[in-house]
Amino acid sequence: MSEAVLEPVGAAGVVNDFARDKQVFGVPWGKAMMWIFLLSDTFIFSCFLVGYMSVRIATTDPWPNPSEVFALSFGGDPIPLILIAIMTFILITSSGTMALAVNMGYRRNRKATFWLMVATAALGATFVGMQAFEWTKLIVDEGVRPWYNPMGAAQFGSSFFMITGFHGMHVSAGVIYLLVIANRVRNGFYEKRGGKYEIVEIAGLYWHFVDLVWVFIFALFYLW
Amino acid sequence: MAYVAIADRDHEIEHHDPQTFITKYVWSQDHKVIAIQYGGTAILVGLIALGLSAMMRLQLGFPDTFSFITPENYYQFITMHGMIMVIYLLTALFLGGFGNYLIPLMVGSRDMVFPYMNMLSYWVYLLSVLILIASFFVPGGATGAGWTLYPPQAIMPGTPGVDWGIVLMLVSLAVFIVAFTMGGLNYVTTVLQARCRGMTLMRMPLSVWGIFIATILGLLAFPALLVSAIMMLLDKGVHTSFFMPAISSMGANPGYTGGSPILFQHLFWFFGHPEVYIVALPAFGIVSDLLSTHARKNIFGYRMMVWAIIAIGGLSFIVWAHHMYVSGMNPYFGFFFATTTLIIAVPTAIKVYNWVLTLWEGNIHLRVPMLFAIGFIFTFIHGGLTGLFLGNVTIDLPLSDTYFVVAHFHMVMGVSPILVVFGAIYHWWPKITGKMYNETLGRWHFWMTFLGTYAIYLPMHYLGFAGVPRRYFAMGNTDFLPDSAQDLNAAITISALFVAATQILFFINVIWSLRKGPKADSNPWHATSLEWQTPDTPPKHGNWGHHLPECHRWAYDYSVPGYADDYIPQNVPASVAPAGRDHGGAH
Repeated sequence: MSEAVLEPVGAAGVVNDFARDKQVFGVPWGKAMMWIFLLSDTFIFSCFLVGYMSVRIATTDPWPNPSEVFALSFGGDPIPLILIAIMTFILITSSGTMALAVNMGYRRNRKATFWLMVATAALGATFVGMQAFEWTKLIVDEGVRPWYNPMGAAQFGSSFFMITGFHGMHVSAGVIYLLVIANRVRNGFYEKRGGKYEIVEIAGLYWHFVDLVWVFIFALFYLW
Repeated sequence: MAYVAIADRDHEIEHHDPQTFITKYVWSQDHKVIAIQYGGTAILVGLIALGLSAMMRLQLGFPDTFSFITPENYYQFITMHGMIMVIYLLTALFLGGFGNYLIPLMVGSRDMVFPYMNMLSYWVYLLSVLILIASFFVPGGATGAGWTLYPPQAIMPGTPGVDWGIVLMLVSLAVFIVAFTMGGLNYVTTVLQARCRGMTLMRMPLSVWGIFIATILGLLAFPALLVSAIMMLLDKGVHTSFFMPAISSMGANPGYTGGSPILFQHLFWFFGHPEVYIVALPAFGIVSDLLSTHARKNIFGYRMMVWAIIAIGGLSFIVWAHHMYVSGMNPYFGFFFATTTLIIAVPTAIKVYNWVLTLWEGNIHLRVPMLFAIGFIFTFIHGGLTGLFLGNVTIDLPLSDTYFVVAHFHMVMGVSPILVVFGAIYHWWPKITGKMYNETLGRWHFWMTFLGTYAIYLPMHYLGFAGVPRRYFAMGNTDFLPDSAQDLNAAITISALFVAATQILFFINVIWSLRKGPKADSNPWHATSLEWQTPDTPPKHGNWGHHLPECHRWAYDYSVPGYADDYIPQNVPASVAPAGRDHGGAH
């Protein structure tokens, strides 16, 4: 290619820099694709949350107070949102172990990567387990149903089961995904493919995203 | 950003070369085979939708004549016709079909970045089509809720297909979205990350730009449809009240309480309006390439064309409520959405002017693809102008839900994209099959389709002004409608049946070409873009033989002064031929 000397500056320069090379982003294909997928998934959760907020505003029945509904008592006075706080803590912790796993992956420490990913998956599974406990409590003890809620607006139950259910499915899928990748890290699958461990980071992106979504659900459903 | 792409490693290609007939043509991971599978399926399901529209027209043109068309059937036909045409035909054909075929070839890559996922995309799409078709055969038949599926009526007794049809429709849509996402991620990543050396973004043919931006729109808009489908399935299946207000139905109380039907409309149109451009942008891109190639002239204002595509894509996300002026809305919102809607006319007009200016003083070859491309300019301008009427709140109110709207969207996103689809099929047919089509048959096909569609849709504007409501099974003796409205309806029906029948010419041409068509040259139109420069025609698996192409110029070096040929392919180095007006390289 014959290259001219003058380079455009300002906005045109930015456009040219992005447009110039074979690759817009200097990352592996899988990572670029995961980012784009997460962008799309963001729109799914945004629609769920906007839909929930819309029906919450639209309904004329009273909306139950989440900090009372999701309170647990251990012998003494009920502590508001204690279970949700623990669940959130567990999920955020799993993001930490995931970040360590990514680091260990790039250091090609396969054993540490494997165990850190297993720990992440275990924390995720614990989260789903506690969610199952929360659902059971709500359904069996409180009598909340997707179509009916003895404490007020039916949309409370509908939104709760739909949004946490969809998020829980994401976490469960993530647990399976992490275990599959962890197993491949352990059995040397990636050693045969040039010893690259970007896949750990790609799985990590998904995992952090699921955690981040939980933060929004926590803020908009439980704290509002 | 000097990353070595995996596609550069030439030897890797041999590893997944398909060996058997099954891996070559059925469970194929080759983007070209997947494209043909997508395209074939879309056209087949489109023929079903065409048949449904013929039944609707028979009823409208000659009411009380056909006992086999009941009001329930009529609503089912309307619903399925709309949904199939918009999603299962046009979206799948432009993105799954042309996107799959053209993107890797035009940007000089060997395949999509993740071929296995690309293959899954097609099979999941096929599954969604089968679920959709299955809804015709369940008890109660397909849903008759209208293609917009508005609640509450979509899931209330009295609407056809309320037991199973609506459920299958929503499930099919959800499955389609999964399929589209798998394909769409591939298209976007391939364009961003897997272009050949020298193929900067600003050297890509506009076809790729249109498909690329449309795919991004799809990835961001389909989530809203997925969410509304899930919420409506919950309303229908477990009796939640997301969209269902407290309502009484046929004297009974179905037990819903406090939901918001308007919420569904917002979610649906947040998907629905970008969907218009998911269909239109690939058509814009493809038609630009057809016009430039067959006029032997560079596209006028390439950079502006790219920015216009991007601007239209962005704007399409903030105009959705112009579909809801009559739903009840704060007047300030109406003002906002009318303003954004009319702003879209600016980049769109830029595109139309640039198409016309591309033709200006061009060396126009009126071959079949060019006829369809020029036909598109006509139908698109007509459909676009009526869009200006409907984008204004005050003019929309009386025209809403009349045949004026039907005429508008059929011109702008029915006929126009379909003309481009035909033009594109004729244009790339020699590359896809290695055979030439019959020029005379193609011309007959164009003229009868083009003039026929005007005979169908121009009169519909008058019906709309007269106040004929859309979606009605029959008008009966409505006082404000003159008798001549019925005569017009009969005339429209005859034209519609005629146009539907002339499509047989296309299929005759396809069969003739496959069986007896003369062998095609590898670059019969003397086009510049990379897909015409492949070593084999049709291109083999891996597209480029041993070495990937290198791109040295933009895709529009036609009639460059001082060069013997009137075209310079993108892979011809600057040392061999003068650089035309290349905006893509460093300068």
